[in-house]
Amino acid sequence: MGRTLAEKVWDDHVVRRVEGEPDLLFIDLHLLHEVTSPQAFDGLRKAGRSVRRTDLTIATEDHNTPTLDIDKPIADPVSRTQLETLRKNCADFGVRLHPLGDVEQGVVHVVGPQLGLTQPGMTVVCGDSHTSTHGAFGALAFGIGTSQVEHVLATQTLPMAPFKTMAVTVNGELPEDVTAKDLILAIITKIGTGGGQGYVIEYRGEAIEKLSMEARMTICNMSIEAGARAGMIAPDETTFAYVEGREHAPKGADWDEAVAYWKTLRTDEDAVFDHEVVIEAAELAPFVTWGTNPGQGAPLSHAVPDPASFEDASARYAAEKALDYMGLSAGQPLREVNVDTVFVGSCTNGRIEDLRSAAAVLDGRKVADSVRMLVVPGSVRVALQAVEEGLDKVFTAAGAEWRHAGCSMCLGMNPDQLQPGERAASTSNRNFEGRQGKGGRTHLVSPQVAAATAVLGHLASPADLADVREPAVA
Amino acid sequence: MEAFTTHTGRAVPLRRSNVDTDQIIPAHWLKKVTRDGFEDGLFEAWRKDPEFVLNQAAHQGATVLVAGPDFGTGSSREHAVWALQNYGFKAVISSRFADIFRGNSLKNGLLTVVLPQETVEALWQLAETDPATEITVDLVRRKVVAPGVEADFELDENARWRLLEGLDDISLTLKNEDAIAEFEKTRASFKPRTLAA
Repeated sequence: MGRTLAEKVWDDHVVRRVEGEPDLLFIDLHLLHEVTSPQAFDGLRKAGRSVRRTDLTIATEDHNTPTLDIDKPIADPVSRTQLETLRKNCADFGVRLHPLGDVEQGVVHVVGPQLGLTQPGMTVVCGDSHTSTHGAFGALAFGIGTSQVEHVLATQTLPMAPFKTMAVTVNGELPEDVTAKDLILAIITKIGTGGGQGYVIEYRGEAIEKLSMEARMTICNMSIEAGARAGMIAPDETTFAYVEGREHAPKGADWDEAVAYWKTLRTDEDAVFDHEVVIEAAELAPFVTWGTNPGQGAPLSHAVPDPASFEDASARYAAEKALDYMGLSAGQPLREVNVDTVFVGSCTNGRIEDLRSAAAVLDGRKVADSVRMLVVPGSVRVALQAVEEGLDKVFTAAGAEWRHAGCSMCLGMNPDQLQPGERAASTSNRNFEGRQGKGGRTHLVSPQVAAATAVLGHLASPADLADVREPAVA
Repeated sequence: MEAFTTHTGRAVPLRRSNVDTDQIIPAHWLKKVTRDGFEDGLFEAWRKDPEFVLNQAAHQGATVLVAGPDFGTGSSREHAVWALQNYGFKAVISSRFADIFRGNSLKNGLLTVVLPQETVEALWQLAETDPATEITVDLVRRKVVAPGVEADFELDENARWRLLEGLDDISLTLKNEDAIAEFEKTRASFKPRTLAA
């Protein structure tokens, strides 16, 4: 019987396979950041161990870093200590680090692909659940805990229990106003936050094949929000074109050898998935969340659902709790939900294409007086590219704040946070209670919906803006 | 890692589904660089509510958390496991755990037990009716036992053995040093390196 893409990549990394034990997998790339690594390095020190493969390891600073005044000392002493700890650990153990202020600094899942370190057929891990992002290249990429970070640092391997395979096939073409973010939010709502538990999802079908690399990263990024171990997309010409020429991409004869191998990384015709989900692209529309987990979403044109409409008792109770926390009532049209803050950024939607699409909506328009909008590029490289294209000027002319690269308002670990009761439309990945700041209320949206929402002050898509564009500044 | 064989203690019924790791330990606690001192951050936002189950006098000192489905979703933060352990929990029971959380818990000796939702409901009833009720989580026999409840649970044999023995994964893996070195020799030359050769 044939094998799936995930099984092929897995099999190619088995160091040791013994009946009754988890496979020992070799890890091709280990990404580190300041939050989940300090206790791992501590463990190495206590055991007198070193980092086995510093040449397969790279660190950056992202979660704690401020997005303003980055040339000044970090105000929060605890954040400062954590960054200083990473710097000391990397220096002591010989690990390459891109600290705040470095041109390669940024959100860890933006940095890996842009350096060309993420390539098809690799195993990629990081102490961060959104490591699934790298699966967009046909890599098997998954988030790990700190004990596993220590394990990979010490051995460059991980013992891994077997996974199940799920195909999510998206037939047809996405409607023009539907983005990768809308698609993945719709997928998560369909399969649920636990629906992917134990599975590696392979996204396939015409709509997926037509996506750009960055859109594919948005899809794979949020696989974890469906509970999946990882998400993958088979590498193709789009993938090869994205990787080619990047700093760490194979060169010369190595490139040819690599591409020949990468082309074998497709699910065989006769392979069987443990579970299959089919989505018709034409049925999709701009999608937003109304609740406190990423599976609580609906098309923007819908109303906040009535908890009583959920058959499952625990889903009903969760919806009641969510509406209470979110300050929403059943039946309220989603388009009438006013927001205070709009955040464009994160490892989900902080890449150049995301900034371009938000800027295209904002060009010649103004952010509503009642709204503050933060635009946070995913990396310094993304920021430089945006400046070169003049996107920063579009954002600031519209009244948005153009910030320095980092995780920013995706999670409450740095100065960019929501106040209690404050409501945000956010291009990030999690709408959990308090995720963006204690008491903050989050609606997950695409960059286009974020920008249109910023202009109108309530959840909206670019189609709602037809009549509010002012003449572009000459 | 501390070995886990069997544990008997009182239970806290947490009637919520989709308890993500941001709820278990909010992000601002993640700035700490140690593995301890997270107990006050456990369910920090919910604990501000005096009615929250963890605040009820009857459940003080309980050591078994009985939670709704999809416990531990979201962020990979192992701090969630440390926070539960720092607070005093020895085992968590749910009908479904998020993968990364489950992996993290078993690596730290916090036993996560998967039971059918109806058994979880029965345990909730017991703990709510009489908070002094004791629940035994027995890894040797793979059983959860409480008055009127006796439920078998599954855990793969290898994970169980490591927990029972309190084994350190890294030491076990390092016994395969030769296999790792052999594998490294076969890796394709086109694979990227972060450092110049």
